Parts: sequence; structure tokens; C-alpha cells
Amino acid sequence: MFKFLENPKFRGGIHAEEHKAETCDKPIATNLPLPKKLYIPVQQHVGKPAEPIVKVGEHVLKGQLLAYSQGTISAPVHAPSSGVILDVQDFPAPHPSALPIRTIVIETDGQEKWFKYAVPEKPFELDPEEICLRVGGAGVVGLGGAVFPSAVKLNLGRKNQIHTLLINAGECEPYLTCDDLLMQERAVEIVSGIRLMLRGMNAPKAIVGIEDNKSNAFKAMQAASAEFEQIRVVQVPTRYPMGWDRQMLRYLTGNEIPADGRATDIGVVIHNVATAYAVYQAVCLSKPLISRVVTVSGGAVSKPQNVEVPLGTLMSEVLAFCGVENEKLARLIMGGPMMGEVLPHADVPVIKASSGILALSHEDIFEPEVKPCIRCSSCVTACPVGLLPLEMASRIKANKLDAAVDLGLKDCISCGSCSYVCPSNIPLVHYFKFASGELFSRQQREHKAEQTKRLAENRTHRMERIKAEAEEDTRKVMEARAARQAAEAKAQEENA
Amino acid sequence: MNIKPISSPHVSSSRRVNDIMYKVILALLPALGFGIFLFGWSALFLTMVTVLSALFFEAVCLKLKGGAVESYLRDGSAIVTGLLVAMTLPPYAPWWIGVVGSGLAIILGKHVYGGLGQNLFNPAMLARVALLISFPIEMTTWVNVSPFFTGLDILESFKITFSGVEISDAITGATTLGFVKTGFSQAQLLPDLLSDYSGFLAFIGWERGSLGETSTLLILLGGIWLMRQGIIQWFIPVSLLATVTVLSTLFNLIDSTHYLSAWVHLNSGALMLVAFFIATDYVTSPNTPLGQLIFGTGCGVLIFVIRSWGGYPEGTGFAVLLMNSVTPLIDHYIRPRIYGRTRDGKPIEGG
Amino acid sequence: MYVFSAIIILTLLGLALGLSLGIAAKYLKVESDPLVERVEALMPGSQCGQCGFPGCRPAAEAVVSGAAPVTLCPPGGSALVEQLAKLLGVDVDLSQTEDAEPMVARVSEDTCTGCTRCFKVCPTDAIVGAPKQIHAVVADACIGCKKCVAVCPTECLQMHPIDVTLRDWRWHKPQIAAA
Repeated sequence: MFKFLENPKFRGGIHAEEHKAETCDKPIATNLPLPKKLYIPVQQHVGKPAEPIVKVGEHVLKGQLLAYSQGTISAPVHAPSSGVILDVQDFPAPHPSALPIRTIVIETDGQEKWFKYAVPEKPFELDPEEICLRVGGAGVVGLGGAVFPSAVKLNLGRKNQIHTLLINAGECEPYLTCDDLLMQERAVEIVSGIRLMLRGMNAPKAIVGIEDNKSNAFKAMQAASAEFEQIRVVQVPTRYPMGWDRQMLRYLTGNEIPADGRATDIGVVIHNVATAYAVYQAVCLSKPLISRVVTVSGGAVSKPQNVEVPLGTLMSEVLAFCGVENEKLARLIMGGPMMGEVLPHADVPVIKASSGILALSHEDIFEPEVKPCIRCSSCVTACPVGLLPLEMASRIKANKLDAAVDLGLKDCISCGSCSYVCPSNIPLVHYFKFASGELFSRQQREHKAEQTKRLAENRTHRMERIKAEAEEDTRKVMEARAARQAAEAKAQEENA
Repeated sequence: MNIKPISSPHVSSSRRVNDIMYKVILALLPALGFGIFLFGWSALFLTMVTVLSALFFEAVCLKLKGGAVESYLRDGSAIVTGLLVAMTLPPYAPWWIGVVGSGLAIILGKHVYGGLGQNLFNPAMLARVALLISFPIEMTTWVNVSPFFTGLDILESFKITFSGVEISDAITGATTLGFVKTGFSQAQLLPDLLSDYSGFLAFIGWERGSLGETSTLLILLGGIWLMRQGIIQWFIPVSLLATVTVLSTLFNLIDSTHYLSAWVHLNSGALMLVAFFIATDYVTSPNTPLGQLIFGTGCGVLIFVIRSWGGYPEGTGFAVLLMNSVTPLIDHYIRPRIYGRTRDGKPIEGG
Repeated sequence: MYVFSAIIILTLLGLALGLSLGIAAKYLKVESDPLVERVEALMPGSQCGQCGFPGCRPAAEAVVSGAAPVTLCPPGGSALVEQLAKLLGVDVDLSQTEDAEPMVARVSEDTCTGCTRCFKVCPTDAIVGAPKQIHAVVADACIGCKKCVAVCPTECLQMHPIDVTLRDWRWHKPQIAAA
């Protein structure tokens, strides 16, 4: 009876309306008309932004390197189509603020001429380091949304001699079906990607976790991996956020990743299933990451479907392709409805992290007014991490951010389960995101204050030193004069 | 550029505060209806007066606070409080007991702390205990069962509730708990004191008692329905009832002449109502499953102690208030274990 | 008669306890830095004078003595207000304090004459330049105290709000009308 108190297989979570039926049985559309202009931000990943290597006016081929990675944690960016570099400018980023980000603008010439990269004859016999180099060179990053450079993770996995690769095919967000379709249509390639990842990390086995609402994808993946016994395909219960990597890991293996630690600490590496596909393309076909499958859905979309989109395409063009009814559009979101962020307008580019474009209608997002917290603790039951959202939110509301940190604010993953279940409709996740940002800003301000103090002290010392030197000089001059006067006086005396 | 965008998540469940409150009211109605059936028009008048004055006081407090009045009145929390206060009153209590009770519950029990969600003590229990201590006579005048059409007629009932007409001794009597306690003080023993007791009648509620607390069966059904609806969780009711059962069985085995059996305890007084509707109040109970189990157990222990050795025959009100005051302490020390950390909050060891 | 003995006993008890409290306060006292020094340590230390006091030490003394509110230091921002409030046990309603939009000075290169007057007064040496050469402000070190703007003879120094970039953008605090 007390099992629920300790280490449940999975804790909390919610069951939201899935809205996947609209898009999960249609094939991926590959006939999106090539946009006239492509806007490719130089930072579509975690880490340092890539540094542009092309110049305005230069002609580039499809797949050509546009910007190279900087430092250990970074990723390069490649041309999604052939054309001419129009500009390297600041362009609105796909972010709630739509603040500008450095972007390379290409005017496509419609030729789609590929840059010729050498394709390896025997990709599955390449050295592990070689595989990781190729993955890194292709700009592959985590396509589940975290966009962490995959080559770095693969190298880390090899160094830590991990024992299991977990492929996250949960896709627990409502509306999104891009991973589902990818598995249904391209399971063989995905399995190749998994095998390459295993080789790249010298890891013995892989587990693919698929939510049980994707039976077609499950069957396809099972069939594709049947001959490879090191790859096991397993179904997991459908419950948001099963796609949270740590949740799936606990469900499948019973082990938890230590807080403030990484999966490699317990001998595991987790990659998204779409990333595995990108690895296959990068190593077997020598094709860099220049497009991704995006789910376009929502109450305001006329023809919801999955579309293969070249990176840098403006979201407005993708929406136009699927048909959007502007009178119905109430909110535009990049990603899923639980963790995706709102976009002020659609004239922003599709980037590596864009798993979905949702044009939600008023009915989809209807939320009543906010009421006071009635301490029903539904949020405590829903939290997959084991936090106390009601307590953290009330501390943050009273500006006691340190008390919120003591309650575990830093472990919050912003999954949104708590806000979802709250009967008073309190914006809990918003409080937590605000508090995290505020704490970070506070840290920056403290740092700046310390720096200012140091600068001011240095200045004071410098002034004192100057003053001391000046006094020293004056003293020497006075002494010299006194000595001279004494000498003169003495000379006079002697003369007299 | 929008510098104040809307945050994720962008969808939410359809559960609302209103729904929760109305479901609680629905779960209470069978027991309330049965009580009115048992005790007649007076019970009905008293209930109406109590609930209406609860709404009145709520409106006044909301107005004084400023801000939205209508949406809060409609959320049903004042009605729930009013109903719970009414159900704990003696059915023939005068109207002003209902009004004072509602006033105490709404004003001193809820708004003085800051309104919805801020109170430390359960408002209905606060009111009941305050009334019991201040007006012991009116709060302990129990009457015989007189089903709807057989007892006092409507005019006489009206006078009882509103004109303060004295209730004739012919129809008054003690409840089981009260009778037994008085008996002990006169050196009488069990089981003689329970010679007229019927376990079955006690279960369905055909006995003297508060307006809405007599029927164990109907309250149990309402409570189980509420659990199935996901409004309350099983931790508090089960731990509370289990604790009372275990303790009473234990002591009954040791000395059956001085300690009532578990069945009598479970079917008397406000125990069922408290277990399912009062101790489970969101605001005043702990947030976590383990915390709730501790809370329920503590309530159970206190209820048994007060009933067996305390001065009052019924201990549920005091027990709940005492455990309410401990809730913040429970919440402070009992927290869920965070993923990836030990119970102390330190990261777990890596592989 | 019992009343008198009760009164006497309780009085003696009260006196004894009070005495022991007094002794404890003297001999078991916890040593700590004088409050003024601790307050001064929290302040930015740039001696910019925006608070109206000639430097951070006098400002610290004023805050401790209560002559100045904990909100006196603009460069410190709300972070400093919260720290001072916690240290001094003062209640402060942080929702009222708004961080003034941080500004930095900027030299308009067209009109700079290289007179070095700004250079000499900057408390954090944030201005670089030599006599007769155009000066420039190192934005990272500028604390927005405006002393340079005051002394510039050609008004080529202006205060500008810091541009918010994608890196600096933060979520705002949810504003809920608490009813």
C-alpha cells in the first residue's frame, strides 16, 4: 500500500486531449513549394552561436556550410537550398519576444543543386570517432526540442562507456505527430541511425520507448529492428510527460538520473528518434541537417498535416501551404501546447527546434479567469518531478524567491502539468519561469556589482598611488631645493 | 514587440472550482435530505436560514474587501460552508443559532484570514465548536425522530425555529454518545446503557442527532461517490476511520464495560461527516499523501481520546481544529521526494 | 493568605528569569560585524553619489541609523533592496520598487573634443581615451551614475537605455488582480 510513497514507476502527469487523430494518418507532405527566401539563424542549438563563413553575394549550393561551430558546445549551420547569400542581418527570432537574432538570408534559385560531399562506402564500419565527427559536421542537434549538439553527447557517451542508448519516441505533447509519422514511414532509416549511434558510442544495446497510442509506429519500428537484437522496441503508457527523458528512463529501467547530473552518470545516453534519423542521413548519405518534419495543426488550420520543411522557411509560408483561417486564429505556438512558446507573428523562420506549428483557435485555448489557490494539491499529484507547485508559487508571488528555490524550483522542468490541472487556473509555470529568470538576472546583477566594486577600488588605489607619487616627487624636489639652498648658503659662507 | 507574452501551457483541464464545490453539495444532499425527512419542517427552515445567511455574510465580506463579488459568490464555497454548518446543528435549534454559526464560519473562519484558500481552521468546525461552547443548551437539545408527516406540523415547526418556543420534554432526548457519557458519570456500565441501541438504525440514521449527521449510510455513499469523482482522495477518510476502528476495538476488548465498540463509534456523532467532508477540506489539510495519512490518523486518535476520556461526548470538532493547527507543520516536514534526490534533498548517487 | 505567597513567588520568579536573560544577553552574546560594515559590503562601492550621500560608507551609516530608506541606492536595484531589508529586518514592499531602466553613457564621437573631464570623474574608470583623442565608454563597466554627463562641456555624452537582446530577455511576473 505504501509503494506509491516511494519510487513509483512513473509519477504524476496528466492525460490531455490528444488531438493527434487529425494528423497521424496522413503521410508527410514533401511538396512544400520552395520559398523564395530562407532565413537561417546562426544559433539553432545550445551553446555558442555559429560563425558565418559566407559573404553577401556569394553563391551557395544545397547543404553547403554557412557558419561553422565555435567551441566545444556548438553546431554548424548549412544551406537548406542552393542560391545567393542576400544578407547576414538581425531578423526576428521564433521566440515570444520576437527579438532579433543574427540570421543568414538566402535567395533561392530554384535549382536545388547539392554540394557534393563524399559518401562513405561502408558507413557501419567507420571508426566511432569518425562517426561522431561526421555527425557534428552535419550540424545534427537534439530534435526533440532541446537542440543539444548530438556529437558532443555521443562523444560523452563513448568516454563514459555507457551501457544503454535510450531512444525517446514518446512524443507526449498533444497535437504533435512528427516523430510518429517519421517512424511509420522511415523506420528502416531510423534503425540505421540507431545502429550508427551505438557504434559511435561503443554501446552494447538500445531501447526505443514508444507511447502506446502510436501502434502503427510501434509495428513499423518492431519490424525494422527485428533482425538487430541489440535494439529493443518497447511500448510505454501514454501519459504526459512520458516523453520527459528522465521519466521514460525511470519507467523503462527503474533508475533515476541524479539531480544536477547527467544520464551518463548512470551509464545511459538519451536521444530523440528524429535525431537518429538525422544521424543516418549525416553518416550514410553525407547530408547535413537542413530540413525537418513539422506538425502543422490546430483549430485554425484547414488542412492539418505533417510537412517536411527546409530550415529557414518562414512559418507564414508553411501555414499558407496548410491553409490557415485567420479569423479563427487565437494563438500561434511553436512546439506543443504544453511546453511550446507563443509567437507574436508567423514571419519567423522554422529552425531545428520547431517540432510543430500550432494555430490554435479560441475554443482550443479557452481559459477562465484566475481564482485564488484553494490548496487542493492537484498540482502536487500532477507534478512528475515531485515538487510542491502551490507552495513555490505562493512564495514567488510574495517575492521570496530564495524560499522557492529551497522548495525545489531549480528542479522544475516547466512541463505544465500543474498549470493544466489547476482548477483555479493559476499560471503556475509562468511564475516558475519568471522566478528562474529573475534569479539569473539577480546573479548577473550581483556579479556586475562585484565587478563595479573592484573597478572602483582599483581606481581608488590608482588615484592614491598617483597622489603618493606626486607627493614623493614634490618631496624630492623640495629636498633637492633645500639641499641646493644649503649648498649655496654654505658656498656663500665660505666665500665670505 | 510584445514584452509580456502569454506563457505555456496553452491548454488546461476543464476542472474548475465551481465544479468541485457543486459536486460536494451534490454529495451532501442525500444525507441532508434524509435529515430533513427525519426531523421535519424545522430542519428545513433552519437549513435555509443557515445557508442564506452564509451567502449574505459572504457577499458582505466580499464587498468590503473590494473586487469581484459575483464570480466568488457563484463559486459555491459559501453554500458548502453553510450546508456543513447546518448539518452539524440540532434540528430544532432556533434560527439565530444558524445565523450566528454562519457568521462565525464565514467571517471569523474564512475572511478574517484573507478569504478563499487562506484559512487555517475549518470554518464549519470553528463555528460548531464556538456555538457549542457559547450556547451549550441550544446546541445539545436533541429531539426524537419524527418523519416528515408524522411530527410537528408546519406552523408549530415555524414557531420552534423562529419564535423560540420551548421544545417540550416529550420529544427531547440524548444522543447515543451523550447518553452513554452521562451514564458513565452515574457509574452505569456498558452494555446495559446500550439496551435500546440498534446498530442497524444507527447505520441508516434513524436516531437522534444533528440535522445531517445521523445517516452513516448516506454520508458514506456520498463520500465514496466524491472519491470516485476525484474530488477527495482516500488517504484522510481511510486513515481517520481506521484509526478510530482500531483504537475502539482495542479498548473494547480490554474493557467492554467502559468502551464502546467500533460499530457504535463509527455510526455515532459526526464521525462519518467529518471523515469524508470536513477533515478532507482542501485548505486546511496537508498537501501530500503521507501528510494526509498522518493528519487522518491524528484526527482519529484525538476523536477517540476526547470521546472516551474528555468532558464532551463528541470530540470531532475539537480534534479537527487541533489537527488543522498542525497542518502547516506537517506540510513543512513532509514533502514528496524530488526526482533524482534523496529524501533530504541531496542528489542521489550516480551509477 | 495564599494570594500573597503566590504574588511573592511569581514576582521573585519573574525577577530571576529577567536577571538571567540579562546575563545571557551580555555574556552569551553572538559576535558579528558591526551592522554598518555589513551594509557597506552589500553596496556597489562605486561611490557614485546617486543616493545623495558622499559615498557608500556614509550611505550605509544612514541606512543603519534609519535616516535613509533601504531603497536609496539606484545602481543596487531591487536585489540590493531585498538584501538590505533582510539584513535590517525592515519590511519592504518590493512590488512598489521598480528597477529604473538601466542606462549607460555613450559618447557621440562627432562632438567629443578629448578634454578628458569625463575620464577624470568616472568612479569605475569606464571611460577610455587620452587627451585630445575621442573617448569611449566601456558599457560593461558603466554604472549609470551620470557624473560624466554633468561635466561634459559639449554635451556629447548622453544616457541610453541598454538594448534588450534575446540573451537578456526574461519572463515578466504574472500580474493577477488579487480580488
